[in-house]
Amino acid sequence: MLMKSLYINPEKCTGCLQCEMACSFENEGVFNPARSRIKVFTFHDAGRFVPYTCTQCDEAWCMKACPVEAIVLNAATGSKDIINDRCVGCKVCTIACPFGTVNYNSASGKVIKCDLCGGNPQCAQACPTGAITYIDADATGLERMRLWATKTDTAHHAAA
Amino acid sequence: MAWTKQILRVNLTNGDVSVEPLNMGWAQEYLGQRGLATRYFVAEVDPTVDALGPDNKLIMATGPLTGTMASTGGRYSVITKSPLTGTIACSNSGGFIGAALKNAGWDMIIFEGKAPSPVYLYVEDDKVEILPADDLWGKSVWEADELIHKKHQDPQIRISCVGRAAESGCLFSAIVNDLHRAAGRSGVGTVMASKNLKAVAVRGTKGVGNIKDPIRFMREVTAQKKVLADNAVTGQGLPTYGTQVLMNVINEMGALPTRNMREVKFEGAHSVSGEAMHEKRKTDGKPNLTRNAGCFGCTIACGRISTVDQGHFSVANKPEYWGNSGGLEYEAAWALGPDTGVDDLDALTYVNFLCNEDGFDPISYGSTVAAAMELYDMGVITKEDTGGIELTFGSAEALVKVTELTAKGEGFGKILGLGSKRMCEKYGHPELSMTVKGQEFPAYDPRGIQGMGLTYATSNRGACHLRSYTVASEVLGIPVKTDPLETDGKPELVIAFQDATAAVDSSGLCLFTTFAWSLENIAPQIDAACEGDWSVEKCAEVGARIWNLERDFNMRAGLTGADDTLPKRLLKDAANVGPAQGKVAGLDLMLPKYYELRGWTTDGQLTDETRSRYRLPA
Ligand code: SF4
Ligand code: SF4
Repeated sequence: MLMKSLYINPEKCTGCLQCEMACSFENEGVFNPARSRIKVFTFHDAGRFVPYTCTQCDEAWCMKACPVEAIVLNAATGSKDIINDRCVGCKVCTIACPFGTVNYNSASGKVIKCDLCGGNPQCAQACPTGAITYIDADATGLERMRLWATKTDTAHHAAA
Repeated sequence: MAWTKQILRVNLTNGDVSVEPLNMGWAQEYLGQRGLATRYFVAEVDPTVDALGPDNKLIMATGPLTGTMASTGGRYSVITKSPLTGTIACSNSGGFIGAALKNAGWDMIIFEGKAPSPVYLYVEDDKVEILPADDLWGKSVWEADELIHKKHQDPQIRISCVGRAAESGCLFSAIVNDLHRAAGRSGVGTVMASKNLKAVAVRGTKGVGNIKDPIRFMREVTAQKKVLADNAVTGQGLPTYGTQVLMNVINEMGALPTRNMREVKFEGAHSVSGEAMHEKRKTDGKPNLTRNAGCFGCTIACGRISTVDQGHFSVANKPEYWGNSGGLEYEAAWALGPDTGVDDLDALTYVNFLCNEDGFDPISYGSTVAAAMELYDMGVITKEDTGGIELTFGSAEALVKVTELTAKGEGFGKILGLGSKRMCEKYGHPELSMTVKGQEFPAYDPRGIQGMGLTYATSNRGACHLRSYTVASEVLGIPVKTDPLETDGKPELVIAFQDATAAVDSSGLCLFTTFAWSLENIAPQIDAACEGDWSVEKCAEVGARIWNLERDFNMRAGLTGADDTLPKRLLKDAANVGPAQGKVAGLDLMLPKYYELRGWTTDGQLTDETRSRYRLPA
């Protein structure tokens, strides 16, 4: 089976936060952007919205740092998942992750991070613009390549 | 459920903050937001209250779907008595603060009294504090927003704020949230400032749950999101052009009010249209429009994010205005553009920035400037009044100058801040004010779109397009096409739109969904989320109840059927060109039928029968 990964294209994002709500609803049972594993950042002056979440590193810093082996590889999806029963809330993983995508949840005393919803990421399902897609992990550059291909297609330009 | 079932009461006079359970009996009859807050307001405030006195109250209210995944479910409304119109005021806004309020656990906040000195309210879930705002007073919305974020060191706080316009008493001041979304109309910001309340800052982390049937709700929400995506207006027109998609369309119909409604077609319409916002500027090669943006939860994303050309005279040497911010929407573009005869897109965008930065309604403002330009044209106002500004129709320079004054409440801007009715009366020409009940018209000439004449005349908050947007039917054919020049059938149409709109405005959803959705699409989402039975019929009945309740308040406040009228210009002067040439607004052909269908007396008063039919308070 081909491995898939989340592919984020900020150009398309309108900042609607459907993804944050879908994430928190799937994982917490309520619509709560404050508890979302994916975050959308607004750069007001630049007029940009940028969604950001865990990229599921192959050699995951968080997983290596955890002293109680509470973060494990999900072989089916490639995601690094938190085993809640093992997590002691020491937060070492939140320090280890260079991207800040593992976060502590004071309500539960455990950490939370993206687990690709077990292979059906709800953020990608909810996104109305295609800014988040779940695609072949080995070809996340295809769309951008296609875009540049049209730009270098001089015959097309001459005709247009 | 979906309601948090808790409301906050904040007494600004003595600093008391109390928590009350939501009146669930009323929630079943008035749903939320506009309807439910009006029910509270009517129960607590004397209709004859001085709108700017401490006895007026101001309610910020969410709907049951606010903060949920229902598309556009991020709205909140501000309900108070309007200082501009003397009627009930209800102004609706998107952005993110509504959802934040809900996430903090509150259905609404009721503000009463007046703080002895400037304050702002800080809400962090259950923690609610009235904090001093002496350092924020005198600052623009944009400055205050930055200061509050810095002070709490939390970028995720959402803020509603008033600007210097409201502080200086401008009667059409808005409450701006998230920098460029606004509860814009009827002077709700003026009321907030009169209470010495500068801002409301909210951080909500509890989440919105309490969904009656989560599985059915998510199924409905997903299906209805698809309906929006597949619809030509909500799926393509609005994301691409925003509401500005209408500028050229309405102009072609000969229904674009021009130069204070003297004319119905504007020769410069294209240069300030949605299409023009996409065209690359010759100077810097960038289009006015950077991208579209959504409010909380919105899968339509009509919002405009724009820049002004850095070399344009309005912002030259003002780098603080070179970044992106909220761009022109149709009503604002019309009022600031065609109505004043100005066709300079950059100037309008800059002026729109100032309306957001200092919180004043661009519709009322543009229309007031237009009336002032006509007075200047007639020689009634001179340079002596304007402080040397040549206030001629079409002058972008003059528009920019008077806007800077209005934002700060200085000079001639103080006069413009009166609104067009009071300003025209002051100069002895009340007939030049294009208002109903003291509120300025939006961008549709009722000579060319007849249903809008009845809409304006009967709107419970003075002239307004958002009370029954019959343009949808008369221009766009939604849900069925009706002839814009015909008056027959319009009373029925207006009533159906007024009632449905009141229900939508009480749900937490955005009215723009109704280009694609009817109550048939909306009621199932409410029903899956909220306890009780929310059929299409019940939603329509709730809408009618809200409409009658608002009307009842206005009548008790001293208005009469005689206030349901239009300016003489629209009733007597026929359109000069276009499809509506020779037509006046046929209000007299529609109003009696409207009263009859509403179950009101021939002079527009509610009957006891109507009151008991909707179980209105005695
Ligand atoms: S759902 Fe898509 S468009 Fe909306 S904020 Fe998330 S990534 Fe952006
Ligand atoms: S349609 Fe526009 S105004 Fe309405 S919620 Fe969406 S972005 Fe906001």
